[in-house]
Amino acid sequence: MSGAIQRPAEKPLTGIMRKDGEPVGIREYEESGGYAALRKALGSMTPQEVQDIVKAASLRGRGGAGFSAGLKWSFVPMGQKAEHPKFLISNSDEMEPGAFKDRMLMERNPHQLIEGMVIAAFAIEADVAYIFLRWEYQKCARTMTAAVREAYAAGYLGNNIAGSGFALEMRVHTSAGRYICGEETALLNALEGKRAIPRAKPPFPQSHGLWGKPTIVNNVETLCNVPHIVKNGPAWFKGLSLSEDGGTKIYGVSGRVSRHGLWELPMGTPIREILEESAGGMRQGYSIRAVIPGGGSTDFVLPELFDTPMDFDSMEKKAKSRLGTGTMIVLDDKTCPVGMLHSLEKFFARESCGWCTPCRDGLPWVARILASMEDGSGRPEDLDILREHTWLLKMRHTYCALAPGAVEPLQSGLEFFAEDFRRHVEEHACPYRAGRG
Amino acid sequence: MLSDLERKEIEEELRNYPLPRACCLDALKIVQRHRGWVPDEQIADVAEVLGVTSDELDGIATFYPFIFRRPVGRHIILVCDSLSCWVMEYEKVFDALVKRLGVTWGGTTADKRFTLLPISCIGHCDHAPALMVDEDLYGDLTEEGIGQILERYK
Repeated sequence: MSGAIQRPAEKPLTGIMRKDGEPVGIREYEESGGYAALRKALGSMTPQEVQDIVKAASLRGRGGAGFSAGLKWSFVPMGQKAEHPKFLISNSDEMEPGAFKDRMLMERNPHQLIEGMVIAAFAIEADVAYIFLRWEYQKCARTMTAAVREAYAAGYLGNNIAGSGFALEMRVHTSAGRYICGEETALLNALEGKRAIPRAKPPFPQSHGLWGKPTIVNNVETLCNVPHIVKNGPAWFKGLSLSEDGGTKIYGVSGRVSRHGLWELPMGTPIREILEESAGGMRQGYSIRAVIPGGGSTDFVLPELFDTPMDFDSMEKKAKSRLGTGTMIVLDDKTCPVGMLHSLEKFFARESCGWCTPCRDGLPWVARILASMEDGSGRPEDLDILREHTWLLKMRHTYCALAPGAVEPLQSGLEFFAEDFRRHVEEHACPYRAGRG
Repeated sequence: MLSDLERKEIEEELRNYPLPRACCLDALKIVQRHRGWVPDEQIADVAEVLGVTSDELDGIATFYPFIFRRPVGRHIILVCDSLSCWVMEYEKVFDALVKRLGVTWGGTTADKRFTLLPISCIGHCDHAPALMVDEDLYGDLTEEGIGQILERYK
């Protein structure tokens, strides 16, 4: 904490939300200081200045990869020579197993996202913005569609926004399922009306994205931070955090804890503090064995590392996992780790887009082996096949990050729960089965 | 043949996109809203409107799980079987559904009232186990509570 800096709101992202869970309307949002950052950015700053303060704020991408948002924007060709139309897209395709934070941000404060998108679009001189929503988020679709209509009526979208001369059109696009749509280049193919298959990079979307034009794809939570940075400045934003990465983070916990939910806390809050103080510890009769810290495609973390701060660098360097989406899933002592991995790998096998062979053929194989272990027909040599796949499907062996993400929990699971795997094979049964239903 | 209404709705939707093919999912959803699913004949009709081949459009229709290329029941039950719901024992709810409906994954009840399908993580993990019926979301499910939910869908 930096004592010299005034901290007007500890929880900027969730500060303006209604207790009844209904979305904040435009008037309520404006009365709470909403759209002031938009007026400030469009009225008194240049796009370059907006990019610079977001970069200075150390806002890292909240979709999981953690790339600097300001740096990403800086790759977009600017000025007279740049090709138009340029696009700004909110990646609202939240589908990481165990992640539910973007849903809450959109359902409860849709204008915060719209304001962030308008400012981001201004920073890259975009002409059109899309909110790319997954089909399942029906309430988000209704809420965002209504809020976009309100924003048009209030002059925050369309021509000459807030009298600045800047123009932006915004559309809500609802997809029809598939995890791979959250991969930014697959998302672009989906928006173009194609099968959502990732594209080869380079060229990167920043220069050749939607319909070949310069495009930025940012996560919902990332975009929601933008108005607050513009309004309060990068020093304030960095002061919110306990780590080098700026801001707060929406953390989530699911599994057999006392309280499930989402909490906005300083970036870098330790795992244990989130589990014990926010989630209230384990339910009676259960004890904790590990967490998957950042959504389905992150490595397991054992309790001895629960003092690790949940920020991008600490989670990689200290906990040998990733911050990912910051939404943890707890493995308790009565839940089978092999079964948990089977559930995960079944998800990834189903959601593989089928484009590259290692992913299309490897993940179903992994899922089938894990299923066989669960039903008691696993063989000792299957463990070698699983281990081999953690290498076969790793980064740069596949076309995109889906399969490498899928084998992250598998590789740590094989290591941490070796005894459980051994028992499944030797006892020809899942030792946890009796405890489950 | 597309109905006049379907054609009109698709033509309206086309205005939201710079190129007709970008509208293909919306167009398929319009057909599905009117018919419950998308038959071969309508694939060909929509393809013609959008200026793509039937095969191309079918490639897209079959890629996305919520475009149905086979008849389904009047209501779709989508049970989340992903990580958090698995930890919270969604199988108990699923078993209760199977017992009640007499069908398993992919099945449609004899009275065409329900089709039962799995769905990948629906982001309701803080209320696991969770499911959707059509466009409605339900969480904190119990075996006992499932009947009440189904009663809302005739």
